[in-house]
Amino acid sequence: MSENPKILEERAPSFLSEVIGLLKSNISQYFMFIALIVIMIFFTITTDGIFISSRNISNLINQMGYIAVLAVGMTLVIVIRHIDLSVGYLAGFLGAFAAIAMTAWGLPVYAVIPMVLILGIASGLLTSTPIAKLGVPAFVSTMAAGLIFRGALLLVTMGTGTIIIKDKVFNAIGNGFIPDIPDFGFLDNNHKVTLLLGALGIILFILSAIKGRKTKLSYNFKVPSMPIFILELVLIAAIIGYVSWVLSGYNGLSWSLVVVLLVVAVFTFITTKTPLGRHIYAVGGNPEAAELSGISVSKITFIVFGAMGMLASLSGILYASRLQSATTTAGLGFETDAIAAAFVGGVSAAGGVGTIPGSIVGALVMMSLTSGMNLMGIDISIQYIVRGAVLVGAVIVDRATRKGK
Amino acid sequence: MEDSILEMKSITKEFPGVKALDEVTFSVARGEIHCLVGENGAGKSTLMKVLSGVHPFGSYSGDIFIDGVVQQFNGIRDSEKAGIAIIYQELALIPELSVYENIFLGNEIHNGLVIDTNKTIQEAAEILKKVGLDVSPEVKVKTLGVGKQQLIEIAKALKKEVKILILDEPTAALNETDSDNLMELIKGLKQHGVTSILISHKLREVLSIADTITVLRDGKTICTLDNREHLVTDSVLIKHMVGRSIDNVFPRREKIEPGEEVLRLENWCAFSPALGRDILKDINISVRAGEIVGIAGLMGSGRTELAKSIFGNPDRFRVSGTLWVKGEEQKFRSPGDAIHSQLAYVTEDRKGNGLILIDDVRHNITLANLKEIATRGIINENEEIVIASNYKQSLNIKTPSIEQKVRNLSGGNQQKVSLGKWLFVKPGVMILDEPTRGIDVGAKYEIYTIMNSLVEKGMSIIMISSELPEILGMSDRVYVMSAGKIKGELSADEFSQEKIMAMAVDY
Ligand SMILES: Nc1ncnc2c1ncn2[C@@H]1O[C@H](COP(=O)(O)OP(=O)(O)OP(=O)(O)O)[C@@H](O)[C@H]1O
Ligand SMILES: [Mg+2]
Repeated sequence: MSENPKILEERAPSFLSEVIGLLKSNISQYFMFIALIVIMIFFTITTDGIFISSRNISNLINQMGYIAVLAVGMTLVIVIRHIDLSVGYLAGFLGAFAAIAMTAWGLPVYAVIPMVLILGIASGLLTSTPIAKLGVPAFVSTMAAGLIFRGALLLVTMGTGTIIIKDKVFNAIGNGFIPDIPDFGFLDNNHKVTLLLGALGIILFILSAIKGRKTKLSYNFKVPSMPIFILELVLIAAIIGYVSWVLSGYNGLSWSLVVVLLVVAVFTFITTKTPLGRHIYAVGGNPEAAELSGISVSKITFIVFGAMGMLASLSGILYASRLQSATTTAGLGFETDAIAAAFVGGVSAAGGVGTIPGSIVGALVMMSLTSGMNLMGIDISIQYIVRGAVLVGAVIVDRATRKGK
Repeated sequence: MEDSILEMKSITKEFPGVKALDEVTFSVARGEIHCLVGENGAGKSTLMKVLSGVHPFGSYSGDIFIDGVVQQFNGIRDSEKAGIAIIYQELALIPELSVYENIFLGNEIHNGLVIDTNKTIQEAAEILKKVGLDVSPEVKVKTLGVGKQQLIEIAKALKKEVKILILDEPTAALNETDSDNLMELIKGLKQHGVTSILISHKLREVLSIADTITVLRDGKTICTLDNREHLVTDSVLIKHMVGRSIDNVFPRREKIEPGEEVLRLENWCAFSPALGRDILKDINISVRAGEIVGIAGLMGSGRTELAKSIFGNPDRFRVSGTLWVKGEEQKFRSPGDAIHSQLAYVTEDRKGNGLILIDDVRHNITLANLKEIATRGIINENEEIVIASNYKQSLNIKTPSIEQKVRNLSGGNQQKVSLGKWLFVKPGVMILDEPTRGIDVGAKYEIYTIMNSLVEKGMSIIMISSELPEILGMSDRVYVMSAGKIKGELSADEFSQEKIMAMAVDY
């Protein structure tokens, strides 16, 4: 007790205080992640462990694919201070388009998928032309586009109603799993390729983290202390390991998760590592300053809406494939779910703030709520109310933690 | 001790990584004009924000006494009740609303549920008379110049019972006539018993108006000077502010023979579709390598428009005439094209269109030239940190780290970030629009030194400035603008304050 406070200060910060410091300064980043874990633990307890079972987690993740990809695009759209209300119907329409192309026109799936993706990009570019060139509010332009896509969906499904898709490859995207090697007497109850990929992921992650740390040190930059670094590695490795283990207990890695992981990886890379990503955040942060810095705001607007359109078509493919059919109501309300995921994940409507991983965590939170409440047998009416409350609550907490800094 | 209306004792205010105020003591006598001076980031604005409740009670330590009574303000409403009115560094008027609506914003005069428009207009007219502003209360604020807008801010403050009026750099964006008017107004208010606290970097103005001057440096009170007899000199003041003496406000530069012509405008005209009139008429100017060319003129004479019309024309004026850069005719379609031809433009409005306030120092500095730090399309963040740290050091940017959000920097340091950003594009011609607005003497000296070293290396600078001493002290040549036209060109050996002013007011 009687230690000289001066000496105390001069000591290197203890492990614990460094951890607390890190948590404190990044609280708004970690908050939703922690909330997600709390929600998962809660449902695990209330459902006697059914929630956390391999089967349920696998289902949950495979169901969220079509919302997750939309949330990625929506994050960028909101970052540049816009909104896209058309993506639900665009996804529905393009899903139906794909179905018709395969069933009525007999086109091969390998031609249909790129075609639909390109159509998605074209639709996004078209929708954003009034926004980028004439300053029409995105709210109006995309709402109008949504109505048009809705009409188009009804038009193409008019004669047939629901279109059943029989193509095996196409249907595997939303329902299939990656192949496994034959059993050889070890871990026969698990999907071995999934475990292998998980292990590979962990190794790659650790190697790149060590390399990053070395480069930083070679620049003489400050890095977190060794124990913290190791703690971080262990935590993330444990998460990757756990998820692959859970998935391997039920059919393994699904194709739809592969698609989502690819989308997340590519878009995270673009937003954090490339000039294009910087430009997107700059336009969101202050469009006038961005323009005077040599960034074309209208070009960025086109790129972001083009990407959104492509992701909407991907969402449509995932959904149609999961249902193995195109229906007249496909896409209904997708945009709301995507917008909710983005906001829960921490994007700001004022622009310039929001990350792709954040929005994915947001999507997971919303999906876990649905899945958990379904398992508990809670009525759909209550589910809507809870999800609404969580959405606004999350944004309030996010604002509060940001202000607190 | 004389009768003090305000006393702030041992005020300490910390932000993450910065101790903005460190045991500051500040005492203001009743009815005086008290000036608060100090370098950028010294803590002046922060001290006033503590006083006005923007930083609420509990977020700082120390005590505030008004008329000897201890005060605990939880927000700006509380301090208003105690008779304090603050006018911020940035204007806070709503351009689309009329003058009277702005004056009574938040305090509408109403009859039951309905606003009593007639009474409001009548009262607004009276307040406007008080501040000596001769405009109709019904015109929209956006139609008025900055000088008049500043007076409306004061009118807005005066409609309530004001005991203490705080003005944070009110004259930073004003020309000389408007500044003088404002100073007269503050003196007039003093006659009516209003105590004023004035923050300013314009020392001449401080010395002429202040009864008392308090100097802050690095969050500490350095001294309080009695200036009732106007005996304080600027060298004394500067010494207290920066902690050393600066003999010559404008650093010497080796006279070098200017090189080849690097930029030329011929018959340059611009029409603004938004305003529906010509804003630039028949401009002919030329800039040579290694020159600092000043552009003088009054507010609204078209200087910023000229800069923007050259720099890729982001406001989409309809431009005619020819622009030559390094001997080649150029038709820039965007600022990107202009940057590509090695032009840079440091804007006058760093918050509005200069910086990304919610982003950090590092990202702001590299934004206009990301390709320089990207290899195969990937940004090398480590390289970026090195570059940003170098600018932080060479420009002496005061910030706890380059990861700090620019929003949290003081005005002068934001300006340095802006300068760093444009130096990083390695320009051949740099257009500086009001480069030292809101900047302290020490930092001004630093910026002038940087400008000198840049032209010595062969760069050209076009400097737009409303500060005549700066125009005279730094330029090799001056163009004077008025009403969108070039009224004349003066070389270093023929220009004087009088000659420039005469041209500037010649419409
Ligand atoms: N909200 C904030 N968060 C973090 N730091 C802040 C914040 N506001 C001010 N600071 C820091 O506090 C210090 C004092 O800033 P302040 O704005 O009071 O300076 P100033 O004397 O008004 O300077 P200037 O003349 O440039 O306006 C600066 O270092 C600034 O970066
Ligand atoms: Mg200030």
